[in-house]
Parts: sequence; C-alpha cells; structure tokens
Amino acid sequence: MIDWSGYVGLMLQGVLVTIELTLMGSALALVMAFVAGLGRLSRFFAVRALATAYIEFFRGTSIFVQLFWAYFVLPLLGVELTPLQAGVLALGLNVGAYGAEVVRGAVQSIGKEQYEACVALNLGRWQSMRHVILPQAFLLMLPTFGNNAIELLKATSIVSLISLADLTFQAQVVRAQTGNTLVPFTTILIGYFALAMLISWGVRSLERRLSRGIDGVRA
Amino acid sequence: MEWDWDFVRQIMPTLLEGVKITILATILGSVLAAVVGLVIALLRRSPNRLVSRPVAFIAEFIRGTPLLVQLYFIFYILPDFGILLPPLLAGVIGLGLHYGTYTAEVYRAGIDNVPRGQWEAAKACNLDARQTWMHIILPQAIPPMIPALANYFIAMFKETPLLSAITVLELMNQAKSVANTYYRYIEPMTLVGVFFLVISLFSVVLLRWLERRYGRVGE
Repeated sequence: MIDWSGYVGLMLQGVLVTIELTLMGSALALVMAFVAGLGRLSRFFAVRALATAYIEFFRGTSIFVQLFWAYFVLPLLGVELTPLQAGVLALGLNVGAYGAEVVRGAVQSIGKEQYEACVALNLGRWQSMRHVILPQAFLLMLPTFGNNAIELLKATSIVSLISLADLTFQAQVVRAQTGNTLVPFTTILIGYFALAMLISWGVRSLERRLSRGIDGVRA
Repeated sequence: MEWDWDFVRQIMPTLLEGVKITILATILGSVLAAVVGLVIALLRRSPNRLVSRPVAFIAEFIRGTPLLVQLYFIFYILPDFGILLPPLLAGVIGLGLHYGTYTAEVYRAGIDNVPRGQWEAAKACNLDARQTWMHIILPQAIPPMIPALANYFIAMFKETPLLSAITVLELMNQAKSVANTYYRYIEPMTLVGVFFLVISLFSVVLLRWLERRYGRVGE
C-alpha cells in the first residue's frame, strides 16, 4: 500500500496556489472588465476602438495560446515573467475580455429614464455612472461574473503546463511518484468542484446582500 | 529576436497539418456535444427522480471541474480499467462530454420556451411521448437554439489546444514541437495565435448569420 500522508501536504500547497491564482486573476479580470466595458461605451472613438480591439483579440484567441505567448514569447521581447505572473496576466486579461461584454450589456440594459433622471438632477457623467447607473448595473452583472469566476478557476489548471505548481501540477507529481493515477486525479476533481461550489455560493450570498432595497431592478 | 519570414514559410506545412487535426477535433467534439447535451437535457426532465437527480449532479460536476483534468482522467485512468483510447478519440470524448453539459442548458432553455399549448395540442391529438418529441417539440425548440449552440462550438474550438497535453498532434502541439526543435518560440506561438484569431473571426461572421437566420431577434 502507498502511504498517502506525505502527499496531502503537497496537494494542499497546490490548492493554495490555485486559490491564489484564482483570486489574483479575478481581481485583474474585474478591473479589465470595467475599464474595457466602460471604454466601449466611451464618447471617444479612439477609446472605443482600443477597447473593442482588446476584447475581440482576447476572446478570439485561445487562453492556452495567450498563456504560452506570455510565458515563452514575451521574454524574447525583453519582458521576463515568472510563471505566476504570466498565469495571472493571461487569466486576468482573457476573462476580463469576457467580463467587459457583461459590463457593457448590463450598463446598456439600464432604462433610459434613469439617464434622463440623472440629467434632470444635473449630475455629471461620472456622478451618474458612479451613483445611479453602476449600483443598479452591478447587480445584473453579478450572476454572470460568478460564472466567469468559475471559468477562471477551471482555466487555472492549464498553468500547470508552464510549470506552475498548482493543484493539477501536484497531482501529476503525485502520479509520477506513486504510479497511482486514480487517487490523485479523483482528489483534484473533487477539489475543483468544491472550490466551484464555494464561488457560486459566495456570489449568491453577495447577490442577496446587494439586492436588498433595490427591488424591481430585475424584471 | 527578429521575426524571420523564411522560418515562417518553412514551418507553415507542419502547422497546417495541426490546423487540420484541430478542426477535425472541433467538428467531432461538436457533434458529440450536441448529442450528449440533448440526452442530458431529456434525462433531466425524466419524471423518475432516480434518473433526473443523478444526471443533474453528474452534469453539474462535469461543468464545475476543469477540462484539462477530465482529459487526463480519460487518457490516463481509463486504461487502468482496460479501456485504452487513442489520444484523439480520448480528446474528442473529453470535449464532447464537457461541452455536452453546457449545451444541455441550451436545450433545456429551448425546450422550456416551447409554449404549453403545444404540449396540450399534442396530447389532444393522441400522440405518444416519442411522437410528441420528434414531431412537435424538438422541431420548434431546436432552430432558436442554433446560435447559442454555435457559440459553444466556437468556445470548444478555442479549448482544443488542451488536447496537446494528452499528446494529440494538433496545432498547439505541432507549434511546440517546431519551437523545441529550432529553439524559436516567437514565430510558431504567434502563428498559432493568428490561426486561432482568423478562424474565430470567420466563425463569428458565421454566427452572426446564424443569429439572423434562426435567432429571431426582436420578434
């Protein structure tokens, strides 16, 4: 029989790296989603074009290719990244492009009367965005953001291919050392599923919290 | 490091070889996902809870775990049980099962959108369950789903580079082997990105056409 106790610590280290990647990637994705999503709604053509190019590029090419590009090609152009930095960069920019469309869709779905009310109250563009439109739109974005975060969690497994020691990588190590495939891979499948459930639970409770007092936003 | 057009010309045939496999995997995976999704959607509607509950849980589990880990599972663990699959077949099964759980949701929404009256009319005409599905419900439910299904097939296309991790010689793997042979990463990796971008952009044009043809937007 194989003594598994030594490998538990290895797996836990992998879980930590996966969580770290997911959190940092999500943070970058959230920022990019708002920057590019609002950029697409800008008054200025140059900003709109830039945001559209970013979104189409990152949605149109595979995240896998982007990751390899960040890790293998950027150093040749003089930008040296650690595997973790390359992973966070690729994950955040990729998922951020998807999130940008969510932001745009949610902001555009806010009714015209809200914008008119802002004009009537003499709010500036920034003020109406910050105090009237975004608080309502954010609620509409949340469920899709939750799905995107789960997509990001699942996408973190590919960083194991650029030698970052995440959960999938550690499973490969355990597999190589013990010769047993079933146990490590089943363990990480359950691990990823548990993390995904955690995210969807977290997003649901955040949604409940934020929707207090803004009834009737969701038709 | 300079961009070298001669090198590009030299590696092009190898990469095109990979593009063929990538497209083949996408098409086979799409067909499988379309079928698996329909089966899951129908089983989830089963009146027998012993059928619908486990199917719902399995679908949720597959959707909550990374495709890469599932591919490892199919490719490395099934041989332990005496099922030895060639890499491409294992990859197609992985893609088909994973995206089948997504298309199942599309089918579910499509089926739910068929008005109740259609079911009642089928009953009034004394059609049995099979006839109702084949002649009344599915012919009405499927056309509006086509754009959403196509969307997932494009997403699947962008996940095919993961197959390189289970030794399928698709575009990404060909590029990696070229890169490792000549120690030049910039051209192969960039070309892979360009290939994906070009094919994705074409698919998006096709998708827009499908939306106009079948989507009945704003009806």
